Order: sequence, then structure tokens, then C-alpha cells
Amino acid sequence: MTTKETAKIVEEVADYKYGFTTDIEQEFAPKGLNVDVVKFISKKKNEPQWLLDWRLNAFDMWKKRGHEMPNWANLKYDNIDFQNIHYFAAPKSDEEKPKSLDDIDPELLRAYNKLGIPLKEQEFLAGIKNSHKVAVDAVFDSVSVATTFKDELSKQGIIFCSFSEAVENHPELVKKYLGSVVPTNDNFFSNLNSAVFSDGSFVYIPPNVKCPMELSTYFRINAANTGQFERTLIIADKGSYVSYLEGCTAPMRDENQLHAAVVELVALEDAEIKYSTVQNWYPGDKNGNGGIYNFVTKRGTCLGDNSKISWTQVETGSAVTWKYPSVILKGNNSKGEFYSVALSNNMQQADTGTKMIHLGKNTSSRIVSKGISASKGQQTYRGLVSVFPNAINAKNFTQCDSLLIGNDCGAHTVPYINVRNELSDVAHEATTSKISEEQLYYCRQRGISEEDATALIVNGFCREVLKNLPMEFAVEAKKLLELSLEGAVG
Amino acid sequence: MLEIKNLSVSVQNKTIINNLNLKIEKGKKVAIMGPNGSGKSTLSNVIAGKQGYEINEGQILFDDVNIFDLDPEERAAKGIFLAFQYPVEIPGIANASFLRTALNSVRKYNGEKDLNTREFLDECKDLSKKLKLDTSFLSRDLNTGFSGGEKKKNEIFHMLMMKPKLCILDEIDSGLDIDALKVISNGLFQYSNENNSLLIITHYQRLLDYIKPDEVHIFNEGNIVKSGDYSLVETLEEKGYQEFI
Repeated sequence: MTTKETAKIVEEVADYKYGFTTDIEQEFAPKGLNVDVVKFISKKKNEPQWLLDWRLNAFDMWKKRGHEMPNWANLKYDNIDFQNIHYFAAPKSDEEKPKSLDDIDPELLRAYNKLGIPLKEQEFLAGIKNSHKVAVDAVFDSVSVATTFKDELSKQGIIFCSFSEAVENHPELVKKYLGSVVPTNDNFFSNLNSAVFSDGSFVYIPPNVKCPMELSTYFRINAANTGQFERTLIIADKGSYVSYLEGCTAPMRDENQLHAAVVELVALEDAEIKYSTVQNWYPGDKNGNGGIYNFVTKRGTCLGDNSKISWTQVETGSAVTWKYPSVILKGNNSKGEFYSVALSNNMQQADTGTKMIHLGKNTSSRIVSKGISASKGQQTYRGLVSVFPNAINAKNFTQCDSLLIGNDCGAHTVPYINVRNELSDVAHEATTSKISEEQLYYCRQRGISEEDATALIVNGFCREVLKNLPMEFAVEAKKLLELSLEGAVG
Repeated sequence: MLEIKNLSVSVQNKTIINNLNLKIEKGKKVAIMGPNGSGKSTLSNVIAGKQGYEINEGQILFDDVNIFDLDPEERAAKGIFLAFQYPVEIPGIANASFLRTALNSVRKYNGEKDLNTREFLDECKDLSKKLKLDTSFLSRDLNTGFSGGEKKKNEIFHMLMMKPKLCILDEIDSGLDIDALKVISNGLFQYSNENNSLLIITHYQRLLDYIKPDEVHIFNEGNIVKSGDYSLVETLEEKGYQEFI
């Protein structure tokens, strides 16, 4: 290999690959948060009065909280100045809504192409690697810019569109379910999101329809000093099935940027929702400058009997991650799953886990959490398993493993288990291990470099989780883990 | 093939190998025997490049190149293989997948293209039949939950797939039943030819009865105290180490 090639490769792997910014004209709401800004956002989106009222109510509640951010997590971060953030940013070309994909700002398309998201259906179909289709909704800063495969999906009655469109075209569904899983005042950030959420994805799967392709959203924060507050709502009607993927990236910026999303899932009788995330927001530099503050509320309700919700997440990005995708197991025999890989390298911190709330009879949940800490990264698993008195025969299994790379990182496990009937079965297993010198030596003796060996061992550690991801995503996640570990050894 | 010159090695200021000279010619099978703590395993680790040893003096030439400047993975890529006394477990990585990664890393180092996956798997299957290993051996996690005998057989399996120039066996025969020992001996027969060399480190006679080494050295306190041909093994069996140390 020539020196030049080596240099290029080193450059490619050492840097955050998605760190570019896109130079497009943007429209902002004025910095800061007040009633006018809430009204501005609502007006920009041509929202009906009921939604504006909903927002204003949320803003009122948030104001009463007095900027008291939650401080119970094992995280250290600078105070966020909520008056120094733009709560709305949109590519200007979106002012007049694009009629088709051809009308979208080519700069934007280029940005998404760079991210490897095939917005154009024809390009996508020509893709060699993708054996099956993925419909994509792309959210750029505050607005959804394009949703692919809409026509094909609508033939089966599936609704997959931006949140704004759903408000316009399916208000009865939005009205019924918005805030039904994550109440406005659930927590500081869900409260904030409810006041200022900009856009996001909306999915409705009609009764007995198995969604024929993966539905996917790509989130991208581009503008500086901008928060992203998207809102996703997925409803799986009786007997339906959907698999939903979510990916996220952001440019490299020196200041911290706030991301505070709310995701709500509703599974009715016999329905199943599988929700996968690969979160790769900019993690900040080696010294902890910049990076995304990721405060996300994700929750699903298994409302109907025999329903199932499964969360799979691969969290490699963000400076701070605060995230607990949860399942409320209300229907009898309903199932909840949480599979997680979280990696903290350099100065990254993650406090993540899940809540499994068992309300119905014979409900079961499974938690598999794999935390990896490298360099000075700090990693906390925080999980709640709560079994209510009526939830007889509830079952939970929790497996919580931590892997340490190096001597300066940390792994913490904080499980809360609360069982209120005697006919339930709850099991918690936890391990902490370190990549041993012996393992590395063995791999190297077989010709595998120290860095590759570390990636190999980490991938092995995560396999149980990664195998739950759809194929293409699993490949991407593996690569991401390898990239995120660069510089963790040696 | 391998030439050790005036080698002295210590760990935490304690001398383990003391002015050792040893030559292993191409095509030869060389055995080193000695009591526990005589420095045998240290020697194999120093050749393979394990960290934590202080090289006080001397050099090791492999194909006339001093290997002290090379990382363990580079030594492996040049054809040095160590069959471990205690192979490590790596959960979540299938044995075959690990082996493919290893082979491709070595090929990359030597400027060769990646293996054809199908050919690789065919070769794996053929070989596992020859070694009387169940094919589930390929898909199980690397050494994870393997019995002691299975781990040792797996080392031989790796060796035969990687086709090294020099293979060092660090007490491959410890804790093996007679059937496993036969499998391993068969594997070594299959490996051994005029172009490669074997360094067998052991304190038992059993394996050497099968392999019939060309040279036998008795090791004590970090150096060779007696050298000879295969007949030395028999003498040792009769008289014990006491005769030589």
C-alpha cells in the first residue's frame, strides 16, 4: 500500500464520516422559546387550532417546570441555554412544497446521497446490495423533505408520511393517539418536544396488513444552533405488522446541539411493531468539545391482547445519550423486547436502558443490553421492570453485559425491579468483562491486528443484539461500531 | 528457518532464558523437553511476540530476518504459528468466521486477494472430516464451551488451514486422552513436510512416540542441557530429568 493510500484510509476512518455540512438556504424561527415561537411553528405548518392549543398547553406546563432539567441520570453536561436555540429550521426551497422528488433542492439530495440514503426510488431499485425495498422518510433539521414509495404503500391502505401531512390528512388518527403513550408532561424533554416539535414520521398500518417493506426515517441535523425535536407516531392496527428503521447523523460542530425527540408506538390486538435505531449523531471530538445532546423519549404501548413491540438500538453517537425505549404491556399475553448496543468512546456518556411495565396477564418481556466503554467513555444501563398486581404470570428476563476497553472508562448498571404479585418470574443476569490481553494476543498470533481484533471481539459481544437488526442495517451497524472504536486501543 | 542466537530473556528482572542458541532447519521436527518452569513456554511466547518480556540480549532470525522488530500479527503473516497451551474463548464469533478473518488478514499482509468463501468452507469441511471433527465445530463460537481436547484439536485445525512455515506446539498433548492424541498426531503428519518445520514443546513422551522428532533438546533453567536424536526421549523416560539437571 502506498503512503498516500494509507493516509487516505486513516483520514476516512479517523474522522466522523457524516461531519459535512450542506450549504443550502435555510429559514429559521428566531432564537429562543416563547409563546410567539410556538405560534410561529404552528403557523408555518398550517396547523389546526386544536394542535396549536395542544402545543400552547405543553409550553405552559414546560414553563412551570422552571428549566429544571432532570439530574438523576449518571451524566455530566453543561446547562442548556434554551433561549439560545433555534426551534425551527427548514430548507428554504421547501417553502413551496415539492410536488415530487424531482422538485427537491439538488443540494439536499446530494446531502442525502452522501449519507447513503437513496431518496430516489429508481436509484434505490437499481441498488445491487438491497434485495428488498425500504421506504424512506427523510427529515432535514425540522422538516420532512421526502417520503418514498408512498403510492405503493397506500394501495394497501398503509399511511407513511411526514407528521405534518398526517395532521392535515388524518387528523382523527393523530388526535386520538398523539400523547396517548407519552403524556405531554411525562418528563422535561417530552414536555419541551410537545410544545415545539417540528416534524417527524407518521405510520398507520390497517388491520391485518403486513407491511411489505421496511419503513425508514433518516434524521439529519444540519443547521447550527438548532435543536431537533421530531415526533414519530406509529400505529399498528389489529393483526398488522410493521418493521421501522431510524437512522441519524449530524455535522461536526464545536457547540453542543440538542436533540429531543418523542416516539410513540401503539400496537393493537395481535399487532407487532419492530423498531430499530442506528443512532450516529456527532459524538464530539476527543476532548469532549461539541457533539449532540440526545434526550429522547421512546415508548410503546401493547394496547391489545397478544400484541408485541420490539426495540432494537445501536447507539454509537452523541456526546450525551439519555434514552429509555420502553414498553407498556397492557394487553394480555403481550410481549415487549429491548435489544441494545451502546458504545461510549473518548468523552462520550450514555445513560440508557428500558422500562418494561407489566399490566396485563401472561405478559412477557426480554431485555438484552450490551454496553461498551472505551477510552474515557462512561456507560450506564438503567432499567425498570415493574410487574403490577394484576399482571399474573408475567415473565421477564434481563441480560445486561458490559465490556470495558482500557483502564479509564466506566460501566455502571442500575436495575430497578418492582414485582407486586407472587405469580411472576423475573430474572436478571449481569456481567462485566474486559477485553483481555490474552484474547488480543491470541488474535494477533493468528495474524489479526490489534484494532481488528478489538472490533472482532466487540462484534462478538454484540451479536445477540445485532442479529435482531434487518440485514442491511446490521452490516451498517457493524461498520459503525468498528469506526466508533477507532483509536480505542494502542 | 529459525535461528536463535545468544538469547537472554527476563521477566521482572528474573532471568528466564539464559544465553540460548538453537537452530531449526527447514523440514525438521524438533522437540524441546523439560520440567515445569524451565522456560519452555516463555520461549514459544518470545518467538510469537507476546508482550511483557524483556529481551536482554541476542536475536531470533526467521528466514534470515530479525523478528524482534515485528508485531505478533506480522510474525504470523510471515508464517509463524503457535498452537496455544490454553486457547482463549471469544464468544459471539463463529470458529470458521474467525479463521477466515485470520487467513484474510495474513493474505492481505502478503499482498494476496481475499479467500473465496465457498472454497474456504469446502476446505474447512474436508479438513474437519479428516480430523474427525463434527461440522458443528465450524459454527460454534471460537473455543467457547469447548472441552480441553476440542480446544487442542481446534488449534491443529487452525494450523492446517493456515499452513504456516513454522509451527510451535506449546504442550499440545497435556490433558489429552489417547483418541484425541491420535487425531492430533494425524494432523501433524498431514502438516509436516520438507518445506516446513515443527517445534514441539512438551514434558511427556507420548506425543513424541508418534511424531518421532529429528532432534531432541532437554531444557533446564532457560537453556539446553542435553541434545540428541529420538533415542534421547527413551533415555529420558528411563532415567527421568534428574539425570540431566
